[in-house]
Amino acid sequence: MVGIVGYGAYLPRYRIKAEVIAKQWGSDPVAIVRGLQLNEKTVPGMDEDTITISVEAAKNAVRRAQINPQEIGAVYIGSESHPYAVKPSGTILIDALGIGPDVHVASYEFACKAGSEAMFVAYSLVKAGEMKYAMGIGADTSQGAPGDALEYSASAGGAAFIMGKEKVVAEILFTHSYTSDTPDFWRREGEYYPRHGGRFTGEPAYFRHIIGAGIALLEKSKISPKDFKYAVFHMPNGKFPMEVGKRLGFTKEQIETGWLVPYMGNTYSGSSPTGLAAILDVAKPGDLIFMVSFGSGAGSDGFIFRVTDEITKVQDRAVKTRELLDNNKIYLNYGEYAKFRRKIKLNE
Amino acid sequence: MRDVFVIGAGMTKFGELWEKSIKDIFVEAGLKAIEDAGVGYIDSLYVGAMSSGLFVGQEHLGAVMADYLGVNPVPATRVESACASGGVSFRQAYLEVASGASDIVLAGGVEKMTDGADVTDALATAADQEYEVYHGVTFPGLYAMIAKAHMHQYGTTRQQLAAVAVKNHRNGAKNPNAQFRFEVTLEQVLNSTRVADPLGLLDCSPVSDGGAAVILVSAEVARNLKKPLIRVIASSQASDTIALHSRPSFTTIGSVVKAAEKAYKMAGIKPTDVNLCEVHDCFTIAEIVVSEDLGFFEKGKGGEAVEKGLTALEGGKMPINTSGGLKSKGHPVGATGIAQIIEVYEQLSGKAGARQVKNARIGMAQNMGGSGASCVIHILEVK
Amino acid sequence: MITARYHREVPQRFRLEANKCVSCGHINFPPRLVCPKCKGQKFDNVVLKDEGKLLTYTILRVAADRFSKETPIAVGIVELEDGVKITTQIADVDVDTLQIGQKVKLVLRKIQEDGKAGILCYGYKAVVI
Repeated sequence: MVGIVGYGAYLPRYRIKAEVIAKQWGSDPVAIVRGLQLNEKTVPGMDEDTITISVEAAKNAVRRAQINPQEIGAVYIGSESHPYAVKPSGTILIDALGIGPDVHVASYEFACKAGSEAMFVAYSLVKAGEMKYAMGIGADTSQGAPGDALEYSASAGGAAFIMGKEKVVAEILFTHSYTSDTPDFWRREGEYYPRHGGRFTGEPAYFRHIIGAGIALLEKSKISPKDFKYAVFHMPNGKFPMEVGKRLGFTKEQIETGWLVPYMGNTYSGSSPTGLAAILDVAKPGDLIFMVSFGSGAGSDGFIFRVTDEITKVQDRAVKTRELLDNNKIYLNYGEYAKFRRKIKLNE
Repeated sequence: MRDVFVIGAGMTKFGELWEKSIKDIFVEAGLKAIEDAGVGYIDSLYVGAMSSGLFVGQEHLGAVMADYLGVNPVPATRVESACASGGVSFRQAYLEVASGASDIVLAGGVEKMTDGADVTDALATAADQEYEVYHGVTFPGLYAMIAKAHMHQYGTTRQQLAAVAVKNHRNGAKNPNAQFRFEVTLEQVLNSTRVADPLGLLDCSPVSDGGAAVILVSAEVARNLKKPLIRVIASSQASDTIALHSRPSFTTIGSVVKAAEKAYKMAGIKPTDVNLCEVHDCFTIAEIVVSEDLGFFEKGKGGEAVEKGLTALEGGKMPINTSGGLKSKGHPVGATGIAQIIEVYEQLSGKAGARQVKNARIGMAQNMGGSGASCVIHILEVK
Repeated sequence: MITARYHREVPQRFRLEANKCVSCGHINFPPRLVCPKCKGQKFDNVVLKDEGKLLTYTILRVAADRFSKETPIAVGIVELEDGVKITTQIADVDVDTLQIGQKVKLVLRKIQEDGKAGILCYGYKAVVI
């Protein structure tokens, strides 16, 4: 059966606390921290971007899979913050990891679900017998406009998944995608910060699509929510994934393990993928995992994974997601953060 | 090889020469040298310049300077060896006279650094572009890494580094051509703006404009002109790896050790025979390391030597950088090597005024490029 | 425009590709055509280990224009496990805590940008482990 043979995550070391941002704009930190359940978020270093994050995550995935990188037939990076508007991100990654040049590479973009998209295509190609291994990555260094609600969440990080048929650590049992044209969040060509439809991003967008994909997946699989050990959803803030999980019939306990958002923020294309990586770090053979991503615009990709006996062999081969989240943090003040994120106007 | 003598010298004031172009600067120095030497013509000229292309957008400096100095059609050659360009220019002129190919050669150097170029970036081209500069390292950064290593290995202190600047400013205050004619205190150096830890702004030589030229001649010409016989008794040059990281040690500069060995051998003297030395103190740590590598002090004791006043103009057993050095006199890169020779020449001719070292008979000039990938040494002796 | 010059160094900057002298075993990074130790001209290709220790370092408070928005920048010389020494920035570090002898690992980071619209240039940086 086809599934994940290696996975890895990467989060930058820098952090900013929600209350520091709130104080800057004269907002009430209590509303942010308690209301949206966002305590702090990751911030990329000035020398980090979607490509460098993808490379670190991919190296961790290869370390776990212990495969020859030359056997990877496809590399897809999903992101809404590819450093180039025109030029692929994955080419730098393959040259850094020694993959290819006989390899298919593409950059994906679908707001926050570009990562699950990359995973889905990678999985499909292996399943179709086109190649032995394929890698799907979700990574972002997303930007929220200064003072906008997104500034509390937009963070940086990513996760990489190598799909294959041998020594699979988590089989993919079912998938389902649910998509419609719903303009809840966008960034026009040439614009620096994204725009969003405020509360329109909630019910008609996030909830409708995740629930659409989630119900279809449950029906298709005939597995009941209570039979899953873990569930992970796209995490734009702390509140939404808990709420959508509840509506689909999942409990807080099932969601908590992959619920990294209160201290990671929203890593956009890397959001549910990093959550999945955190779950795989602690999962046991036989565990079922339910995952539904969400990307504005809008759509959701759903997966059902079954963890195999192989998992225990690979878990300790690379750094764990919670270790990246909890250790070696460097806190920034708002000025440093504004400099790091290039929010300050400079002379060229 | 024939004996070669220095019979004339001229330089501009070093500093921010806003009103003067690179041509004005070189021609001023060249004319002064020709006048001082009392020669009616020159057979050829050399001009040392590190990066006129990046600093002022002008290459082909040999032709430019011959034209503006009014000496066409003599052969004119630009010499580049980073910060050792001046010293190497002098060496080329020396070899040309010594070989018998010419009798009267002008060796000059010039740099115009204040015309608005990114000076840090231009100077960095003297390091390994792809494996040092690419990573952001600057020249203060390279010497700062030498300093850190020297401090770590030998216990050299921040105060000892600062003592170099204090001494050189004290000397430079007495030099009418110096860019900084003022003294600085140890506290001022220690508290100066940090540039590359542990080096502060007052540990660094400045960005300068300036030109310098000397006239080298054969024994016959020198005698006919009835000039004091100041002879070049050694000219040596050596190279080391372009990147600092490729060297076995960061606390000794191989090119300096090698060039010094050759120079002492050629001159038939020992380090203790030298009465004064101009060393390439682009940064305070450079003077400490070089003073050890030239054999004046035991390895690791250079910091202590300067702190104890052993290199001072007054009372020092081995006066170093009586001109004020690059630190206080200024460092118009291409001109520096020639300006060092001029200080030695003036000292040996008894024309150093307030900076005069008594009974100076043998003087040395050590000029280096990059983080020490090039080193050129000359020793002059008055008969 | 530094595109061609940048691209030529990619095997070294991304993957630490070096060469090893067949006769004396000296490792060159970047690869060389002549061995500086024994003058040999035959080499095997090798890839360097990405861990090592800090031999010396400095904190740049003043940088060339294209790095000037990133100061303070920690730069050091690292000796990799194979004995090869390289100059590299040290990323993600409180610059006041650096020490000679610290163990470091190389990671891929963006090193510089060729102006506002030019290419992004990547390469190794060290992080303290």
